[in-house]
Amino acid sequence: MGWVGDAVDSVKSLQIRQVISQVVSLGMIVTSALIIWKGLMCITGSESPVVVVLSGSMEPGFKRGDILFLHMSKDPIRAGEIVVFNVDGREIPIVHRVIKVHERQDTGEVDVLTKGDNNFGDDRLLYAQGQLWLQRHHIMGRAVGFLPYVGWVTIIMTEKPIIKYLLIGALGLLVITSKE
Amino acid sequence: MHSFVYRANAVLTFAVTVLALMCAIASFSDNLNSPSPSADVQVLNINWFQKSTQGNDEVSMTLNISANLQSLFTWNTKQVFVFLAAEYETPQNSLNQVSLWDGIIPSKEHAKFGIHTTNKYRFTDQGSNLRGKQYNLTLHWHVMPKTGKMFADKIVMTGFRLPEEYR
Repeated sequence: MGWVGDAVDSVKSLQIRQVISQVVSLGMIVTSALIIWKGLMCITGSESPVVVVLSGSMEPGFKRGDILFLHMSKDPIRAGEIVVFNVDGREIPIVHRVIKVHERQDTGEVDVLTKGDNNFGDDRLLYAQGQLWLQRHHIMGRAVGFLPYVGWVTIIMTEKPIIKYLLIGALGLLVITSKE
Repeated sequence: MHSFVYRANAVLTFAVTVLALMCAIASFSDNLNSPSPSADVQVLNINWFQKSTQGNDEVSMTLNISANLQSLFTWNTKQVFVFLAAEYETPQNSLNQVSLWDGIIPSKEHAKFGIHTTNKYRFTDQGSNLRGKQYNLTLHWHVMPKTGKMFADKIVMTGFRLPEEYR
């Protein structure tokens, strides 16, 4: 109980200048994280340079909670590549492998069919109604590298948002009550 | 400066940095491996060759696929994903790649294999260009590491030809 009294006292005795410097340093941390993220987007050429694997459809290669590093180059899409794509109307990206490619002679446009390694059938069930193929504009990036387990942090924060609020609340409290 | 929170923060940051460095070195060690894989594919039989109701050609074949991919495995390899694709050209499409069969090799012991199978996925064309078509069978593999960069390569086997007539 004495700790609570001390915390309340320290909040009351804050001076304006200290508060502002705390807020600025917090802002700097958030902004530099944003700069790193946007920089990664530029370097890898992909809208989301890092994705978390959410389902078990690529097991045993990628398990739920792994993170994938993406890269998107102008190279043509070829069979076997692991691509991340968005189906029209769905916002969650899907990470599956390309199993069929048909590339047009004249335009270089490409029709692509994907399938999860651990799924029995191809992804036509996941595509939009009546859609048989994916085109290049659906694909956000190719998976080039991966780290296991690191994505669990994101999954926990998304599925139990209460933990996210708890963490941010605790961080905020820490910043306010620290004396340096 | 010496409170529990600061110390915990310092330990955690150091642990994460060291872990990231170890993952990077593990991935880099994969570059030191120079693999020498070999593969052979025979088309034993064309089971049937029809034009589907949508107007697309479709083939069913029995294949004998044998390969030795043991040299691809390093200590940082989790599995090797291998698939066989038929590749050919048509007047409309400069490249068609159709995966006929795939498999997962979980360890070095399983990497020397020979299987006798019909095509797992339908060999379907966009259109009906397959009669008498010359095609390549390419064995592709993807090395999926325990951590880090993924590698892919292939062996192209040429000289295959589909029958002139439907059967």
